[in-house]
Amino acid sequence: MTNTLPDGNSPLIDCRSVWKVFGQRSEAAIKAITERGLGKSEVLKEFSCVVGVADVSLTLNKGEIFCIMGLSGSGKSTLIRLFNRLIEPSLGQIFVCGKDVAKLNAQDLRATRARDIGMVFQNVALLPNRTVLENAAFGLEVQKVEKERRLETAKKALTTVGLADWVNRFPNELSGGMQQRVGLARAIASDPDIILMDEPFSALDPLIRRQLQDEFRELSKTLGKSAIFITHDLDEAIRIGDRIAIMKDGAIIQVGTAEDIILNPADGYVADFVAGISRLHLVKAHSVMHPVAAFTAARPDLDVSRFSRTSPEADVDELIHIFLDGGQDGVAVLDDGAVVGVVTPRSLLQGVKGKEPGEATAF
Amino acid sequence: MTTILPFTISPGNFVAPAASWLNTNFHPLFAAITSVADAILNAVLAVLTALPPLWMIAVVAVLAWLVANWRVSLLAIFSLGFCWAMGLWNAAMQTVDLVIVAVVIAVAIAFPMGIWASRDKRVERTLRPVLDVMQTVPPWVYLIPAVIIFSLGRVPALIATVVYGAPPMLRLTTLALNQVPKPFLELGDALGSARSTTLWKIELPLAKPTLLVGLNQCILLSLAMVVLAGLVGAGGLGSEVTRGLSRMEMGVGLRAGLSIVAIALLLDRLSRAALDRPRRPAG
Repeated sequence: MTNTLPDGNSPLIDCRSVWKVFGQRSEAAIKAITERGLGKSEVLKEFSCVVGVADVSLTLNKGEIFCIMGLSGSGKSTLIRLFNRLIEPSLGQIFVCGKDVAKLNAQDLRATRARDIGMVFQNVALLPNRTVLENAAFGLEVQKVEKERRLETAKKALTTVGLADWVNRFPNELSGGMQQRVGLARAIASDPDIILMDEPFSALDPLIRRQLQDEFRELSKTLGKSAIFITHDLDEAIRIGDRIAIMKDGAIIQVGTAEDIILNPADGYVADFVAGISRLHLVKAHSVMHPVAAFTAARPDLDVSRFSRTSPEADVDELIHIFLDGGQDGVAVLDDGAVVGVVTPRSLLQGVKGKEPGEATAF
Repeated sequence: MTTILPFTISPGNFVAPAASWLNTNFHPLFAAITSVADAILNAVLAVLTALPPLWMIAVVAVLAWLVANWRVSLLAIFSLGFCWAMGLWNAAMQTVDLVIVAVVIAVAIAFPMGIWASRDKRVERTLRPVLDVMQTVPPWVYLIPAVIIFSLGRVPALIATVVYGAPPMLRLTTLALNQVPKPFLELGDALGSARSTTLWKIELPLAKPTLLVGLNQCILLSLAMVVLAGLVGAGGLGSEVTRGLSRMEMGVGLRAGLSIVAIALLLDRLSRAALDRPRRPAG
């Protein structure tokens, strides 16, 4: 609404080779990085500067939820604060809604933060002296929106997050999950295009957390918001994210959909992470099947046309059910009416276990 | 007195001539300050004594009920009634007059400086030793230069009281703002709030409990100093105490002393309750 995008398809956030170096000699360190291509450990050794974010490039597309997953100290909290310039980047460019964030003057930066980017914090940061309603309206109050209008907007936002009955309570009367909903209501009340979520659900108990994850995903989809979502929990990233970036030591080591990352981990670190993740609903038939030509060549004794059929998007869970019901040697995968591949019991098991890098699909 | 050194170092050797020099060279300035301060004190005193004591007690009781609660209202009736019954109504009002004016001035100086010190570590580092000295020097020592410059009466008492009452307010303002949790400041930034908006709408409300302790300390220390200033002819309950002391009259001293306790209790409870009202939700 307020931003003027060059065209509808350009990313809301475009982050290009961004570095953040902390320390007294950060400028010299940055110079060394650009001129001599020093890495993180060399910078620490030579300049005793800590590299928070190292050469990160990513884009957030419209309507997308982008999860950044990493353990503590991986630089994910630093990275998210670069997008609304709560932390100044040392090097690189960040475009938010087409504007170069580093070039904004104080007033434009405040306007961008107020209107284009909402933020939800891990510790919620609700003002204890204000009611739930006033907290939800606080972002608008800071923008000097007239009182009646801002309270009305805040009330709508609270209704959206399911807190319509709690408007006149104080934050300390609410549970952790409800407080986090107020935080979300405060962020969406200003109707920003982008919501930055900084580990918002980490402190909640597992049941509430899953509920809020589902609600958040649904809410941001219905409202058409785009979000960067920081988490240290891969399950959460998979549940929420359209795309996931895995971050380690300030650098992004892999970006992709949940299935990409699970099936083709970029390195041992990512592989260790995904090892414990249940693949039942993540791995789809198209990634565990053999191409139909290869299958008929290897097993000329079997007649593919007599196999049970399924779609390429059927997940492992469905495939298991088909095998349990029919008990054939394979399941044919149909796309547009034509058989494109075959899932065998062995390839299915391999898909459940997770393939070692370079391992061939078994017949 | 024997000393190891063949001479004694006396800061007074420098301070006293400096005070005299100020006095001779800047007399018109000090005279102007004196007349302004006197006028303000008179104006406030005129308000305090505009009504007969009983009426005044009733007005304070009602106000206390409105801004605080019925307990403070009751306390107001008892403490002011006590002063009146002791025959010290006018003295008590003179004391309250000095305390009010001194606290307003002290807060007007200390509050912004405290905010500044919380923003800038260098300012805090510079102020800290100054505040240490201001708070540890025995309070009546302030009275000496104040009297040299402003002569006897209420004005040196006022100046000395401001000097004595401001440090706790300043210190606690800085502390209160430094204690505001970082995430709240980040919230202000992330919402696109201007610095002044963050100060007024986020920091000060969160800092309020500590700020109130500062104000409370400022009020009570000012009262202590105003009483002490009875020594330099500031009038009020302090003068009664001084009179009781110099004449060794137990009765006079005790009456004035208990009245001071009554006033102190009232100022303490009233300021605390009035500033820390639980607020009703809006909307």
